[in-house]
Amino acid sequence: MPRRASPRGPRLHPLGDAAALVELGRRVDTALNTRAIGLAAALRKRRGVREAVPGYASVTLHYDPEQVTLAQLQATVRNLFRSRPAPPVPGRLHRIPVTYDGPDLEDAARALGLGIGELVRLHTTPTYRVFMVGFVPGWAYLGPLPEPLRLPRRSVPRTQVPAGSVAMAGAQTGVYPLPTPGGWHLIGRTDLPMFIPDHDPPLLLRTGDRVKFFARN
Amino acid sequence: MLRVEKPGLHCTLQDLGRPGHRLAGVPPGGAMDRFAIAAANRLVGNPESAGALEALLEGPALVALEGCLVAVGGGDFQPRVNGVEAPGWTAFWLAPGDRLSFAGRRSGARAYVACAGGLAGDRWLGSVATYQLVGRGGLEGRPLRAGDELALAAEPAHPAVVGRRLPEDRRPAYGDEPDLATIRGPHFERLGAASRRRLFSTWWEVSREADRMGYRLQGDPLELRGEELISFGLAFGCVQVPASGQPILLMADHQTAGGYPAVAGVARAALPLAAQLLPGRRLRFRETSVTDAQAEWWTLRAQLDAIA
Repeated sequence: MPRRASPRGPRLHPLGDAAALVELGRRVDTALNTRAIGLAAALRKRRGVREAVPGYASVTLHYDPEQVTLAQLQATVRNLFRSRPAPPVPGRLHRIPVTYDGPDLEDAARALGLGIGELVRLHTTPTYRVFMVGFVPGWAYLGPLPEPLRLPRRSVPRTQVPAGSVAMAGAQTGVYPLPTPGGWHLIGRTDLPMFIPDHDPPLLLRTGDRVKFFARN
Repeated sequence: MLRVEKPGLHCTLQDLGRPGHRLAGVPPGGAMDRFAIAAANRLVGNPESAGALEALLEGPALVALEGCLVAVGGGDFQPRVNGVEAPGWTAFWLAPGDRLSFAGRRSGARAYVACAGGLAGDRWLGSVATYQLVGRGGLEGRPLRAGDELALAAEPAHPAVVGRRLPEDRRPAYGDEPDLATIRGPHFERLGAASRRRLFSTWWEVSREADRMGYRLQGDPLELRGEELISFGLAFGCVQVPASGQPILLMADHQTAGGYPAVAGVARAALPLAAQLLPGRRLRFRETSVTDAQAEWWTLRAQLDAIA
């Protein structure tokens, strides 16, 4: 079972016979995430590594077993982990305009014991970090959300959330890139597309980028 | 060129998918049964990655507007040319005006129709695979409709060789109740002791919630321990266990990240077997090692390479 990194470095755990997961920790933590992004970037240059996708505090590797074995990749991961990590690349900063009129805005404010103005002020204060991208195309997991805004997910998820909805749940916030089901609290919306199918990569927010929301209303 | 006379239940253009874009949250996509599409393509002289049709449960009816070499692989839907039985897993010729149809599903869930030259479609991120969630690839990102015309992507290989065939003993061990070669995943030890044994011994039924994204399985619920995980990247074949204890098997259009424990991963060699399962069918996870699973895949791959 993956735990905190042992002195020999983190273990690589198979995800089937052509992918593996390296867990660097179990916390939402900027330093761990920076480490994961750096490790993924270094692994991507290695022979036989097809994709290296950073998670909050992990890297998922997709490899070609004809070119590299799991044991060789394990050794590579340990060597990279022992060596000094490359300095983090400062992510791009995005300023995202939000109309704060989401269907859950009033309920969320009430549940948090905040006025709507206060909720908006708190949501627009931090510069959030894109900890990871995934789930559906263009979905960026942003955080950490200020403590006073943290709510559990909705007990009944919506079957369809419109694209562009600005939402929050737990310590996370984000923008729905596509119309999908969702259980987060919808507090606003933006016209800025998150999923841009004709771009390469086809998304606005990339892992490691920074995001600041500002209120249009 | 082929004209779609009847689209069938849910027939999409697929290929071997668009790996390499998980960093943008884009799943690999492509054919659910990668062996069958690769074999059908090779039988007509195409590269394995050419565009071909994936028909779910019910085949389409297609009319050849010009002569072309085709092959059908995957589930047995009983192909017919002008009403006359045509062989599966075999290249045959359609003359202009010939009609390829299917008499009905006899086994499997997905049949693949390849055409020499490969079928053309909207290319997105290097692949013509239909990805309905974002409406990209294939024909405007949607299943076939009556009246659609399918063009060839390239000049067919010459000469067209009729009768090239993949015998049954060189295909995956398809069946209604397959054992899927499966490897313990990173969070296997989050299962209680009894659940660890049960994961690899009991039957799991494919529920009605089974599509190109994944299959929800039903059985005696598995018991999980430990706190919630933070999200991490996933792979085709991952077996995740949500709080309900009912596992989810991730398929071609799977979500690229999630936080449910990944207790196991189905081997590439076993994914074609999973792709041919319908709701109500059962499967078992047979525990294997990474190296044995890779060896199984190479054995299967050798069958493709033997299609000269």
